[in-house]
Order: sequence, then structure tokens, then C-alpha cells
Amino acid sequence: MAFDLRKKNRLILGAIVIATIFIVRLFSLQIMNQEYKVTAENNAYRYVIRYPARGLILDRNRKILAGNDTAYDIMITPYEVKALDTADLCRIFDLDIVEVREKLNEYRRNRRRIGYQSIPFVKQATSRQYALFMEKAYKFPGFSGVSRTIRNYPYNAGANLLGYIAEADTAYLRANPGYRRGDYVGRTGIEQSYEHIIKGEKGYSIFLRDVHNKVKSSFEDGKYDLEAIPGKSIISSIDAELQQYGEMLMNNKIGSLVAIEPSTGEILTLVSSPGIDVTKLATINRHYNELVNDPLKPLFNRAVMSPYPPGSVFKLVNALIALEEGVIESGTKYSCSGRYNVGRGVACHPHPSPTDLTQSIMMSCNTYYCIAFRDIIDNPKYKSVTEGFSRWKEMVESFGFGKKLGTDFPSELGGNLPSTDTYDKIHGKNRWRSLSIISLAIGQGEIGTTPLHLANLAATIANRGYYIVPHIVKGSPDTLINTQYRERNYTLVDTNNFKKVIEGMYLAVNSPPGSGATARRAAVPGLDICGKTGTAQNPHGRDHSVFICFAPRDNPKIAVAAYIENAGFGATWAAPIASLLIEKYLNKEIKRLQLEEEMMQGNLIGNTLRR
Amino acid sequence: MIRANEYKKIDWPLILCYLILCFTGWISIFSAVYDQEHSQILDMSQRYGMQFIWIVSSFVIAFLVIFSVNPKLYTTLAWIIYGGSILLLIAVIFFGIEVNGSNSWFEIGPVRFQPAEASKIATTLALASLLSSYSFRLKSTQGLIKVGLIILVPVAIIILQKETGSALIYGAFIFMLYREGLSGWVLTLGILAIALFLITLSSSPFFAILTLFSLMIIARGVLCGRAVLHLFILALYLPLMFFSPMLGNLPLIAGNITLPQEAWLAITIAPGLIYHLISAIKSRLIIHWNILVCFIASVFLIFSVELVFEKVLQNHQKSRIENLLGINVDLKGAGYNVHQSMIAIGSGGFSGKGFLQGTQTKFNFVPEQSTDFIFCTIGEEWGFLGTSFIIFIYLFMIIRILNLAEKQKDVFNRIFGYSLSSILFMHFFINIGMTIGIMPVIGIPLPFVSYGGSSLWSFTLFLFIFIRLDLNRWK
Repeated sequence: MAFDLRKKNRLILGAIVIATIFIVRLFSLQIMNQEYKVTAENNAYRYVIRYPARGLILDRNRKILAGNDTAYDIMITPYEVKALDTADLCRIFDLDIVEVREKLNEYRRNRRRIGYQSIPFVKQATSRQYALFMEKAYKFPGFSGVSRTIRNYPYNAGANLLGYIAEADTAYLRANPGYRRGDYVGRTGIEQSYEHIIKGEKGYSIFLRDVHNKVKSSFEDGKYDLEAIPGKSIISSIDAELQQYGEMLMNNKIGSLVAIEPSTGEILTLVSSPGIDVTKLATINRHYNELVNDPLKPLFNRAVMSPYPPGSVFKLVNALIALEEGVIESGTKYSCSGRYNVGRGVACHPHPSPTDLTQSIMMSCNTYYCIAFRDIIDNPKYKSVTEGFSRWKEMVESFGFGKKLGTDFPSELGGNLPSTDTYDKIHGKNRWRSLSIISLAIGQGEIGTTPLHLANLAATIANRGYYIVPHIVKGSPDTLINTQYRERNYTLVDTNNFKKVIEGMYLAVNSPPGSGATARRAAVPGLDICGKTGTAQNPHGRDHSVFICFAPRDNPKIAVAAYIENAGFGATWAAPIASLLIEKYLNKEIKRLQLEEEMMQGNLIGNTLRR
Repeated sequence: MIRANEYKKIDWPLILCYLILCFTGWISIFSAVYDQEHSQILDMSQRYGMQFIWIVSSFVIAFLVIFSVNPKLYTTLAWIIYGGSILLLIAVIFFGIEVNGSNSWFEIGPVRFQPAEASKIATTLALASLLSSYSFRLKSTQGLIKVGLIILVPVAIIILQKETGSALIYGAFIFMLYREGLSGWVLTLGILAIALFLITLSSSPFFAILTLFSLMIIARGVLCGRAVLHLFILALYLPLMFFSPMLGNLPLIAGNITLPQEAWLAITIAPGLIYHLISAIKSRLIIHWNILVCFIASVFLIFSVELVFEKVLQNHQKSRIENLLGINVDLKGAGYNVHQSMIAIGSGGFSGKGFLQGTQTKFNFVPEQSTDFIFCTIGEEWGFLGTSFIIFIYLFMIIRILNLAEKQKDVFNRIFGYSLSSILFMHFFINIGMTIGIMPVIGIPLPFVSYGGSSLWSFTLFLFIFIRLDLNRWK
């Protein structure tokens, strides 16, 4: 037993010895050794975050849409700030002295809470300002500079598409734990959708400093530094030249212009007018209030968000459904007396009568579609109006209407499509008939479609029955992305039924004068543009001018939707603008210079503001 | 089962230490990962919020162990538990997830669990069961082989999981085996050689010799039966040795002579050595000669380690050895961590910077801030007072468990207690030693303090099983 106790005591002694060694070591580290005394004066190690360059955004021809410039953030560490020449600091950065004093006082008050953290004092100072500051840095203990990359935009195009970058705010930081205060994040457009690819990875450098706030040297020659990894580039499907041209056409007009490559679903151009000027995009913080308060809402992306009545272009959908449901054949003719005279009636415009399907599209006859639509809904195949309507709705939905298409554009909205419930609420259950909802025949009433939906409709018809979800990003040179945008979405309408409708669209544009064709202003010799006009009534004043088209007729390369608010007939503004865009894309040069001039000079914003 | 009044005999000092350490861990984790966006200590999206859950669930475990588990189960189920833990250890290699390059974690939903933590308890149970059996003889070859197998099987699997640090902990069982009859020389020589090797590698020959001489004084004291006197001498001698290089700065003594610090140390210890030599000649005690021989051999070892390692070996050979030992597997990362750790602790000064006022441990740049390097935060924010207090708490626990273990009537309980104390000591020794730069970087947690559910749960279970076993003493 005594022997055992001795063994126990030896073990205890061992533990005491180790603990004593620890205490001695800690005594030397914490009390004796001055090397490790970190005070405000000789906080020898300083971490400087290295921010990565953001990935570039390129257009479909690898031209740079969004590139990078260098700017500098001047950081302040309030604990280390000494008395300083505030006036001098203000001169360098062009700041207001009163504001700076206030700011400095605030930091001073909170310095214990902030501790040794560096927080931004001046954001995005220019290289010149930074150079001036560095010369005098010794005068400003507690201040230091960090280089940041900010965007530059070689083309004045696509600001709404590219989206802006802003510092992560509190709400964002809460939702995204990987980010820290001061990080830039894409908040809209491609910058937001593809943030994870273009952001890159932060690194840091470790510096040793002396008491005069001068960085003496990099710690251990940067052995422990971490390089920032630049973000990866994104190749968008946008055609920079075409986008720029589209924005010029839409200048001083309110509305949208969308172009898609039908075979791939790639968005070539997406203009929402009025939009943001790229010169304001890089320094969005300074312009943010101005943009938000603008009555024309430049931050609102009409092309993917605004639900408009499609107007007569929707007749194309009804024509296709009527053919598929067998309620009309391509030879079916109806006569029109300038008015559909059943119930409250629907007015039409003067045109040769009677018309067959092709002519009805070419001349945009309202009567024809009122009859055809009622036949679809009241089809004896279905037991009730509700059932007929549900079938119609199902087929409309197969074109992508009434829902988000699922594009990679972050702010996309789905428009709206009425359901049987909608009408039950308006009219009472089973109290409505095909005549109650006759507005839908000509794309009016309870239906809302975004310009993107309409461009997608043009692409679907161009493809003779299917669409690929429109998207703005083709890929990235080093990462495989967007494999989901390869799948064909077929409509419920048979391919053969598209032939007659396309014939009608072709004739609407390419008929001789006096034939009653609605869109002759959109004709470009040799391009075989097929189109359909729309003139959408709306509660906000003058009719909206609408046009969708694609070209060439066989093997189409581009499908376009133009939607111009309060601009009157579809043929007056939307058709020429859409056709100019096609001419630019397919011919690379514009022959119809007079028309181009007229369209670019046209200022229609007054139409909206006057109402 | 135990009657109600016997619960009054629960060892409250141990539980108090346990609570202090848990609480220290929680607020230090809060401090280490604190940021203004999440300033609530109960924010569950953060580690401190999670640690709170771990702590509360540990209390539940502790409660269950004390009040509802029949302690007889540990003896009867020891081998089944051991077998189960071996299966888990193997299973984790195939079904676990990879964390920091080691395949030792199970992931079930949001919870991660490391079987290596729990297998220490299982191994302890198996060893206690074997060693306490009536026919067992530790000193027989067969006995040694059995004990070796029980320890080495989990160690081998854990090394396969690339968790060298955790495997090293199993070395702690040698202390328990020493108590149960293993020769003291095996222990002493083994520990001495390894310690000198590590100290020389991780600091300098100066510190190695300093340690060695201190050990020599202690050994002498213990062997002569005058431990207290020698400890007193050591207490006087240590600062003298420690500051010996400063003698060169005193103009009265040395003028402007510049000597390496080892030389100053040699000058300082020379009188002690001469005294020892004289008493060895006079007394003719073989033990004094043994100590002297050991000392001289060790000094040679120290310089040869230094020499071989720095001069003879090529760089890639060095890193291979370091890898083999599990030291500085990632030289850049490890060296950086230790440097940062020492700056953080050193900057704490005497009383620290205060709660949440630390600057060096606030950055996210040093990984493992809330797990393996949690001691830095304590050092920075609570200073020398805080670090000494924590060391005192651990020392108190280790000694108290040893004392309690020795009082057990039941051999099984005693072995369990010794194992617990030894393993606690190993963690304490390696982890704190690492953060203050006198041990190589070996990634193991600080018991009850580091962030993490597996570690906290296992140690809680370990401690409270012992506290429950200790209650049987009063039957």
C-alpha cells in the first residue's frame, strides 16, 4: 500500500511539475516578454484584406460589358487616431469639414466598441487622391488605404441587365454568413444571379508597422499572406452592339425591347426604357436616391417585371389554339362588318371582308377572333364553360404565359393569367359565359404578359412549337454553367398548325400596299420578317404600341418583342423599332436611315407624363 | 441503487471545477467568434449558441449518469461497449465525412460526432475490466500482450483515420499502468526521451537543458526522499537559470563578453552539478550516479537532436520526420498558428484586456480559434491571472481524481479513475503546451472548454461515470 501511494504521489508530482512549467512559461510570455506586448502604439501586425478582382462580364462576342477599375477605400482604426489636421484630410479627399468632424467624433465615442477594427472612412477614392494621401500618411495615424476594384463599362449599354454592385448591408450579411461588412455584392441583374461565380475569394496580407503608422515591411516576406483569387468571367448572351443600338432606339420612350435567338433561347438584347445610365452604375451609392425617386422608375425592369395586356399579338395564340382544338380550319372564313355585334360587342377597324385565318392575322380582324374564341370555350367537346376555359388556359400556359419562365434574370415576374376562380369571383359561380370573357379573344382583359413573355412567344412561333427558356448568360470560360437551358419546352399545339399562322405574320409585314396588312412599316427587303402588331388598350391613357416578330421566315435567327407605352398603334412605333433592330442584327447596317432617324428622335415620354 | 441521502456524498468540488470550465469555454468561444452582427450569446446560428446547446445537453447526460444508470452496467457491458466502439471506429472510415483531411467524423443531420472521443471511455472500461479480473497478472508476458492489444487496436484505427493527435492521447494509459505495477524506469526513460526530443525540436536546446536540470533536481529529491526541500531549491534555481542569458548584459559581471545563451545556462547550473558530483562520491549511492549518467546522456541527446535535425538532414527528410510524428504537418499553417497564438497570449499581460476586448483573437484569420486554440482567447482577455487560474483548475481536478481513485475499494473503479485523470492530463498537457509554444502543434481539444459536442459529451460522460462510481465507496 505504501508503495502504491508513492506511485500516486509521483504522478501527482509530475502533474505539478508540468503545471509549474506552464505557469513559468506563461509568466515569461505574458509578463516578462515585451515582444508580445501589443498596445495601441506597437500593434505590430496588421491584416489588410486583399479584395479579389470581380469576374468580367463579356458579351456573346467576348467584348467586355463590365470590366474593372481600381479605386481605394480609406480605412480608419478609431483606437489609433491621434490629433490630426482635419482640414488637410478634407482637402485631399474633397470632403466637407463639418461632416468629417462629426464622423470623427462619432468614431471616438464608439472606439471601445469598435476596438481595433478598421472601418471604411472614405469609399472609392480615386488613384490620384490615394497618391496624395500616401504622401502624407505619416500625418494621419489610424488611417490606411485598401485597394478595391470597381466596375467600368466600355459600352454604354445593358446597365439594367448587368445590374449594380453595392456594399453588403446588414440584412444581406445576416442572410449570407460568408460575407463581411465592406464586401461588395451584386444586387441586381447578372451581378446578382451569378454572384457566386464572379465574386472570387478574398485574401489578406500581413504587415509589420512601426510607431509612426508606416508599414515597415511585409511579415516574413509575405510567407503567411493569402492571395485573393479573382472571380471567374461570365459570357453573357447579350450582343453589346445590338443592346446599345436597342437602347438608342428606345431613348425617350417608355417600354421594352427584347430580342431572343430562337434556336437557343439566348437573349440578345433586353432593353427596359428608361433605364440606368452605366456612368451611374459604378458609383450607384451616390445616385441611388436620385434613381429611386425618379418618377419614370429607371430601376424597375419593365421587360421582365411589368405585366401588360398583350393586345392583338395574342390573337396568334388564340389562332393556334383554335386550329389545335379543331374549331376552325385554315380555310374557315368569317365576315366582319367592323364590329362583333353580340352582347356589348367588340369594335373592329375597316378592312376587306370576309377573311380566312391567314388574312385575319394579316389584317388583325377582331371579329374573327371573337368567334373563334367563343368556339374554343363553348366547344361541345367539353361539358361546361368552365371546362372549355380550363382547356384554353392549359394551352395558353404551354406557351409560358402566366408564370415565370425561369430565366436566370433575378427579378423576373410571372405576369398573370385569369383562372376560373377569377371569373367566379367577378361574375359569381357558373354565372359567366364565353361572352363574359370575350376580351381575352383579342388579348385584353384580365391577362398580363411581360415583354419577355411576348419575345418568347415570337421565338416559340419561330421554332414552330417549342421554346428554350430565355436566358442572359451563355456560360463561363472555365466553369460549366447553365446546362438547364438546353431543354425544349413544347407547346400543346402541333407543329403543322404553325404554318398558316406564320403565313399570316409574313403577309402582315410583306403584303403590297392597299392589301390591309397592318405591319408594312416593318418590312425590310430580303429579310422575310414575319410579325404581328398589337394596340393594347389600357387604363393609363393612350394605347400601348406592341409588335412581335422574327426573321428570317425560314430558319429564324432572331425573335423580337417591342412594347412601347402610350405610343398608339402597333404599326406606328413598335413595328419600325423592332424591324430596325432585326435589320441591324442581320444586315449589320441600316438602309432605312430616315425611319431610323424618326424612331431615334421620337420622344414619347410626354404621352405618359401628360395623362 | 443508491439511497437518497447518499447523493449528498457526491464529489461537489469536481462538479464545481467542471462547471467553471464549461462556463469559461462558453464565454471564450463567444469572445473568439464574436462579431457585432450576432451579439447575442444565445444566437443559435453561431458557435457560442451551439456550445450552449452542447453544454445543456451535457448536463442532461451528467444527470442521467448519476441518477439513472446502474453502475454495474459498466462492468458487465465493458467488453460489449469496447467492441461497439471499435466497430464505430472502423465504420467511420467508410461512412464518415472528411473534416480537415481526416476521416473521423460521422455526420447525422446538423450534428457531427467523432467516435475517437468516445472510444477513450470504451478502452478505459475494457482495461479496467481486464486488469481488475482476479487471475490477471500485469507483469506476465501474456498480460502485457493483452493490455497492449486493447490499447493498440483503437490507436491503429485512429491513425488510419489520420487523427494522429487523438491517437497520441492513448499514451496516457501508461500512467495508469505504472500505478498498476509497471516499472517506474519504463515510464521515466520513455517520457524523458520523448519529452527532450519534443522540447528540443519545438523550442531550443536552452529550454531542453533547463527542463532537464529541473527534472534532475526533482528526481534527486524524490529518490532521496526529500522532495519538498528539492522543490524549494528548484523554485529558487529556476528563475536564475531562466534569466541566465541576461547575465551577459550586466557590465559588472561580464563586461562585453558575448556567449551563446546555452553557455550562460551551463555556467549557472555548474555549481549544482558539482555539488551533486561531490555528494555522489561521498555517499557512494548508486542512485546519484544514475541520475548523473542520465543527465549527461540527455544533454548529448539534446545536442544530437539539434545537430542531426538542423545540419545533417535534408529539408524533405526533416518534413518527413515531422509528418511521421504528426508535428507541423502543414508547416506554414502550423507555424503561423503558434506564432499568432503566442502573440495573443503574450499581449494579455498580467490581467488581460478584458472580456470581448481581445484584438488578436478577433480575426478569422487564425483557424481553430474556438476549438484547439481556445486557450489563446483566455490568455488574451484574462491575462496571466486567467491562464494560471485555468491551469490551477485542471491541476486540482487531475490530483483530486487521482486521490479519489486511490481511495476506491474496487480495483475496477480505481483503474477507471486513474485512466480518466491520465487522459485529462494528456489533453491539458498537449493542448496548453501547444498554444504556448512548448509542444508541437497537435490538434486535440482542451477538455470541457474547446468548442464541440463530441469532445464535451465524451468528457462529461467520462467524468460523471467516475463520480458515480465514486459514490459506491459509501455503500
